[in-house]
Amino acid sequence: MSVGFGIRDRTAIVGLGATPIVKRGQSAPQTLDELACKAILAAASDAGLPVTAIDGFAYFAGGHDSGALAETLGIPEVRFSATLTGSGGGSAGAVGLASAAIVAGMAETVVVVCAVQQADLRYGAMPTSYEATPDGSFYQSTGLVGPGHMFALLAQRHMHLYGTTRDHFAEVALSTRANAIDHPYAVMRKPMTREDYFAAPMIADPHCLFDFCLETDGAVAVIVTSAERARDLRRRPVMVHSSAHGGARDWGRSIYWMGMPDESFASSGHAAIARRLYDASDVGPEGIDTAQVYDHFSSQVILQLEDYGFCAKGEGGPFVASGAIRRDGALPVNTDGGQLSGGYIWGMTHIREAVEQLRGTAFHQVPDARFALVTGGPSNLPVSGLILRSDA
Amino acid sequence: MTRIANRPPDIGFALATDRWTAPFWEAVATHRLTAPRCTTCGHFRMPPTPFCPWCRAQAVDWVDLPGTGRIYSYTIVERATLPGTEGHIPYVPAVVSLDGGCGIRLITNIVDSPIDGIAIGAPVTVVFDPVGEAIVPRFRLSEGQRRT
Repeated sequence: MSVGFGIRDRTAIVGLGATPIVKRGQSAPQTLDELACKAILAAASDAGLPVTAIDGFAYFAGGHDSGALAETLGIPEVRFSATLTGSGGGSAGAVGLASAAIVAGMAETVVVVCAVQQADLRYGAMPTSYEATPDGSFYQSTGLVGPGHMFALLAQRHMHLYGTTRDHFAEVALSTRANAIDHPYAVMRKPMTREDYFAAPMIADPHCLFDFCLETDGAVAVIVTSAERARDLRRRPVMVHSSAHGGARDWGRSIYWMGMPDESFASSGHAAIARRLYDASDVGPEGIDTAQVYDHFSSQVILQLEDYGFCAKGEGGPFVASGAIRRDGALPVNTDGGQLSGGYIWGMTHIREAVEQLRGTAFHQVPDARFALVTGGPSNLPVSGLILRSDA
Repeated sequence: MTRIANRPPDIGFALATDRWTAPFWEAVATHRLTAPRCTTCGHFRMPPTPFCPWCRAQAVDWVDLPGTGRIYSYTIVERATLPGTEGHIPYVPAVVSLDGGCGIRLITNIVDSPIDGIAIGAPVTVVFDPVGEAIVPRFRLSEGQRRT
């Protein structure tokens, strides 16, 4: 039995809830917990469950205070409360954490929730908020003021090794924007041309403005329960087919030390996750109908497509240039406009879109989508991935 | 006009150390670049950590490095994200592979060098820069590489 096999199809996402996603600062004067609670209430309502049925919380990136949420929402007993370590790397894996709790019998109905408000702290400048630490002293003087500056170093190396070009990054930005146009959830709905892309200010070469994700506020929650209970609820269940988190030692601290071996420096750090995810799954990359790929930066979409085996290492640029990730391509990617153009809730919108695709209710529906891949953010360990399956 | 790589903005850098990293910074303060090598198996390890990831031994020798290396990757920062840092544009965060057979990279900056000469593989030489109350190692393109 492969590692990870034990959760396969034994749990399902039965409820989906979200606040409107708005530009940074515009969620005020709502509080962060208020946003989280609104998403949780919406997810419970969507599932046809009273919010009091929730008995577990699974998080990533620091999570929320389960005690405060339980008190606020009148949830009578919390039986599971856990957070993946690390930062945005854990978004997809938090669903697997919820599944593990349910399969182990520790809780029955677990909510995965994340709320983001960037009024005080722009995530684009997050490293400037880190306290001085012995590890941090090895990069904090260098003016790498945002994650996009750090990942630019990986992108530059990928260009050097494989001939990847800014045109390839542009194709990611343009195809993602094309999916956001008219999308009811998306923040950036105006068309973008190749000329617009190349006219945008360069921020940290090779990343220009449109290679960066949005800075937005909002919250998304999903409710996970056992497959048996899921089939009695009002929504078509979306099965948690496979989930993995962690990663290889070689990836380790990744952008916070940049010591990765040459084979993995110009990558997303997801290769080990992809192997485990597919090993525990009925499908490999050829069986994925749509991929919701963590797009904090356009270059990292290309590097993840390689790590998840949709193309060979180094071929990610030509792969996207072929039109493969467009809605009419072989692998529709970030069909809701992703984080580059739709909205950024630390990876949670990717989970939402995968659920909508597998329910058959997506705004840009991929016909007959049965398997959807969701990835967590390339970052320091853990990184994570998730394959969801429709129950049709 | 030749554009020169500036120093990055100092956004409140405060050096923090522990017993494992302090010798690196103490050497840098005296303008020496050093790295810790496991006394048991001979592997270098950076950043300095309490255990050797190859043999789990703890003790290290601090070895002097030549202070030269090559650019492994870099980014030219062309826009000030933080208010008040416009005067530092352009500056160049970089990862430099250090010479001396140590297999170590540093996250650093390329400074005082023409932007046009900055490329992956370009040889660089250490300089020691005061930042706040600390000294940090940065690099400039080595002589002969400084096309203007």
